[in-house]
Amino acid sequence: MAKHEVTMTINGQSVTAEVDSRLLLVHFIRENLDMTGTHIGCDTSNCGACTILLDGKSVKACTYLTVRADGAEITTIEGLAPEGTNHPLQQAFHDQHGLHCGFCTPGMIMRSVDLLKNNPNPTEEEIRWGISGNLCRCTGYNNIVKSVQQAAKEMAKEKEATV
Amino acid sequence: MIPANFNYHKATSVKEAIALSSELGEEAKYMSGGHSLLPMMKLRFATPEHIIDISKIEGLSYIKEDGDMLKIGALTTQTEMEHNTLLKESYPIMGDAIWLTADPSVRNVGTIGGNIAHGDAANDQPALMLAMRANIVAEGADGTKTIPIDEFFHGFYMTALEPSDILTEIQIPKAKKGSGGAYHKVERKVGDYATAGVAVHVELDDSGVCQQVGIGLTNVSAVPMRLERGEELLRGQEITDELIEQVGQIASEDCEPESDLRGSEAYKRSVVNTITKRMLNKALERARQ
Amino acid sequence: MFKCKTSAEVGGMGHSVKRKEDARFLHGKGNYVDDTKLPGQLHMVMVRSPYAYAKIKSINKEKALAIDGVLAVITGEDLAQYNLHWMPTLLSDTQMVLPTDTVMHQSQEVCAVIATDRYVAVDGAEAVEVDYEPMQAIVDPFKALDDDAPLLRPDKEGQEDNQIYHWERGDRAKTDEVIANADVVVKERIYLPRIHVASIETCGCNASYDKDTQKLTVYLTTQAPHAIRTVVALVAGHVGLSEEKIRIISPDIGGGFGGKVPVYPAYVVAIAATFLIGKPVKWIEDRSENLVNGFARDYHMDCELAATKDGKIQAFKVSTLADHGYTDSSANPSKYPTGMFSICTGSYDYEHAFAELDAVYTNKAPGGVAYRCSFRVTEAVHAIERMVDKLAAEIDKDPALLRFENFIKKEQFPYESPLGWSYDSGDYKATLEKAMEMIGYDDYKKEQAEKRAQGKLMGIGICTFTEVVGAGPSKDFDILGIAMFDSAEIRVHPTGKALARFGTKSQGQGHETTYAQILAEELGIPYTDIEIDEGDTDTAPYGLGTYASRSTPTAGAAAAIAARKLRDKGKKIAAHLLEVSEEDIEWEVGKYFVKGAPEKSKTIQDVAFAAYTNIPPGLEPGFEATHYYDPPNLTFPNGAYICVVEVEEETGAIDVKRFVAIDDCGNIINPMIVEGQVHGGLTQGIAPAMYEGIEYDDEGNVLNGTLMDYLVPTAVESPHWETGHTITPSPHHPLGAKGVAESPTVGAPPAIANAIIDAVAPLGIKHLDIPITPAKVWEAIQAQKAKA
Repeated sequence: MAKHEVTMTINGQSVTAEVDSRLLLVHFIRENLDMTGTHIGCDTSNCGACTILLDGKSVKACTYLTVRADGAEITTIEGLAPEGTNHPLQQAFHDQHGLHCGFCTPGMIMRSVDLLKNNPNPTEEEIRWGISGNLCRCTGYNNIVKSVQQAAKEMAKEKEATV
Repeated sequence: MIPANFNYHKATSVKEAIALSSELGEEAKYMSGGHSLLPMMKLRFATPEHIIDISKIEGLSYIKEDGDMLKIGALTTQTEMEHNTLLKESYPIMGDAIWLTADPSVRNVGTIGGNIAHGDAANDQPALMLAMRANIVAEGADGTKTIPIDEFFHGFYMTALEPSDILTEIQIPKAKKGSGGAYHKVERKVGDYATAGVAVHVELDDSGVCQQVGIGLTNVSAVPMRLERGEELLRGQEITDELIEQVGQIASEDCEPESDLRGSEAYKRSVVNTITKRMLNKALERARQ
Repeated sequence: MFKCKTSAEVGGMGHSVKRKEDARFLHGKGNYVDDTKLPGQLHMVMVRSPYAYAKIKSINKEKALAIDGVLAVITGEDLAQYNLHWMPTLLSDTQMVLPTDTVMHQSQEVCAVIATDRYVAVDGAEAVEVDYEPMQAIVDPFKALDDDAPLLRPDKEGQEDNQIYHWERGDRAKTDEVIANADVVVKERIYLPRIHVASIETCGCNASYDKDTQKLTVYLTTQAPHAIRTVVALVAGHVGLSEEKIRIISPDIGGGFGGKVPVYPAYVVAIAATFLIGKPVKWIEDRSENLVNGFARDYHMDCELAATKDGKIQAFKVSTLADHGYTDSSANPSKYPTGMFSICTGSYDYEHAFAELDAVYTNKAPGGVAYRCSFRVTEAVHAIERMVDKLAAEIDKDPALLRFENFIKKEQFPYESPLGWSYDSGDYKATLEKAMEMIGYDDYKKEQAEKRAQGKLMGIGICTFTEVVGAGPSKDFDILGIAMFDSAEIRVHPTGKALARFGTKSQGQGHETTYAQILAEELGIPYTDIEIDEGDTDTAPYGLGTYASRSTPTAGAAAAIAARKLRDKGKKIAAHLLEVSEEDIEWEVGKYFVKGAPEKSKTIQDVAFAAYTNIPPGLEPGFEATHYYDPPNLTFPNGAYICVVEVEEETGAIDVKRFVAIDDCGNIINPMIVEGQVHGGLTQGIAPAMYEGIEYDDEGNVLNGTLMDYLVPTAVESPHWETGHTITPSPHHPLGAKGVAESPTVGAPPAIANAIIDAVAPLGIKHLDIPITPAKVWEAIQAQKAKA
């Protein structure tokens, strides 16, 4: 089986690699690039633990071939905010106790980034539906909803400040 | 869960894809969003030797009204459809369905063409296409063909597409005054495949008489199913509560569900009855707006 | 209510301080087992049986070994050479590591493929050719005891049928007599189905043996690292693995819920593989392997509740059939094969009860994990809470009123239950009153009456449960003979900062924060100055681990007492520094002062510094303490949960309108974390109540072994939970605290079931087993219509 050369931007850094056709993007990120913040929880694109941003959209990296990401711009949890700082969602998940074991958290946050991009002021129902492809077994979701609400407010304030 | 080895080919044009497919033969599969095919490959239910990636083909992602047709490029993602103003304003049935299909991250990748071309009666779009009497445009080695939706679904995961055919466009008669549609499915939890789903499209004339009607059913038959007997009853009639009641009954009789984890055959028939009635009412309400 | 003794900066008990462990998880720097990568890393994938019961005629490794990168295929025969093909379970049964002749359940491990790459290992597993001779599986546990049922475990000496054991507790004769003479007796067979913990992280290990140092290091998804170390030493001692050479590291754990207590066969295979090959071997379960192996619940309970005609409960009897799969690998204390099931008499004051249980073998996966409940408490609570509601319906009495009239009263504690527990404390009446007030019970009752008059289905369900957690006193509780104490070790450094280590292991409960808060409470050192370390058997003190809501009751208590030991030592140092006698020194949080002269004081930090720099003559230098806490009793958290639902008659659709949970877990260390734990437990309560259950076909195939069909609730199915507290401190716990995180998982299912059944009661439906799905409700409604 022929290898394929891929080049993509991950968290602002250009990466070029030779990969097998079947290499799943989540394994490329975790095993080849040693960025282990993106997790694997179900293999069937139900749980969302592997959610990343691909060209700005939330995508389940367990159901995406690395070769197809050639030329893409990818953001993982490691690249969401500069080292030592928090994205408003990271801060909100901390403030609102939106995480317990932390396993679903990177995927949940990456999904929420996309959610708030498309809907900066979501209702509770819209948040619940918006994160419905991401399972959390620990929190019961109440505080995740509150986290997304807090982040939405903070991001709106930030936006206002920059206008 | 890891797919078996395969060869990957990226097509940059429809022509190139078709040429590749013709050359590689039946062991080659097209992949657009990949959210139907890749899970099957990971479970090793599908082990194609070749994958032809058509997702990068330019020009197949659009939503536009052209003449008397709504045209949707096959590579349009469900998310693009969800946020499209034209669809939101004039084709609310699309929003009904997309909101209930998988989840937002899957919809970011999953395409309308893939949803239909997979030929799975559990997918949501086939019922909508049946209800709205879509035409499926495909290109293949023999050129372009336009397939009426009633001739598209052939069997379990089988469609009118030849192995090298690419579904390129969906054409739907343009929404007009007096038309309206609605879709709903009962699901065990959000993002699940339908226990049963019903798409309804109606077109009323100025006096409120039903000129055209389409009813498509999701996941209650091996092949996506049109409720012909129900449509016949309504066509040319002023749709009354009694007629709606009768069509619900017909839907429950004519669908072909099987008992499984989602429920017994009888339960599914009952669900089809209920949703058919509710979607008829909702479609009528929209048509009358 | 609890009054904080410390400032917010110190962050002792009662402060909702933010979690110290969050940052690494929020930035993708958590370190879970699959994140470990060791030099020379190899990967292991299991070949699993497609059949529930089959003879293995042959295993052909050739095609697998021919794949570039496949290094070995390990079979039961290979392990048999080292006598490692079987292992003991915690309950004196035996379990195959790898089979030599027969597979006993679908997805059982058949052999292991070791390869240089995860993908190649999967290919290797696909290429192994196994020739099976399928046999007729026993799937229905009620048929396991039939005369013509095949003997599933002929390997066990003296085993003549498929019964594993019979267990009973209480006075059968007297209970039968009271039931026979009672005004009212309600009966029901209640089934709690097989479910799975489905933590988002599956199980796995990375085992590494160094042939030079003879040291085995295993990164493992385990809730009980020390217990595992001892088990490995006991199981593999004969091949030369001795306990001081075994290091179990439980890194970050992506949810445990009891599913990461057992020793899974693949762990043992990975250890054997690294031992033989000398390179690290990683095994990570995929989701289907996870869901199909291991389970919780699976109790069929025949219940009888007897009462006077006006509803005074007199006796409860429950006879259970337990389906354990092919081996009893329940993770229970040794003397409690049915766990704490005998808590089934509930929160009510009556004299007579009898519980018995027969456990049987079937061709299903073993497990019996204590899934977010202290060993079978969920089953027990479901039984009594359903029956109390059934009694209320039978005599047409408000279920809240019936409960009030039967509650154990506040002044009756400590209360000796009919089946032998000594409940420590509670105020059941106040808790239920609070729940009723919060939800607006009376208004909902009125609304329900109106809706019923219109033919609409609305239900109100109550559950007032008593839990039993924090195992436990060593005279009664042990795992493989090891007493179920737990431990804390505190080192205060010269600059007044501290490191504390524990024998428990957080899987998301927030130990790094709450343990620091306990020490802050006891020592006055700010919680931010205290590092908490768990999970590494080379560094942590011995403990039995985190499950069964035992961390706060045991290790939390150990922390408090170890801190008090330090305080006593500090008193001597303070006396030395202040030049007074020890008797003249008093303590208030964070400082020692001279009696009557509070201006003459030394902070805990001053004292810690002196312990290294200015040591009183004759006193041992240093400022460290360790305590192993053996609890005098368990703790008995309790709560009152109320659920309101509406059901649509036409479709059976269920809408959970409200859910209020009032918990009494004694004194609270961190209210934010407790509330979070309750939220999570409630979602794990609605899951089995309405969505989850492992389904088998007649051949023993699991029908829903992926998350496509095993329906873990999303944020949409999970209601907006409403929570609150009453506080009745535990009289015997040093902090007055009780366990909490399992209460919601235990209390929610019966509240939801009671609500749904109450909703459809006007149609004549008297009971539904969980999970109560719309399809099930619809079928029940049709059955009633057919009757009428």
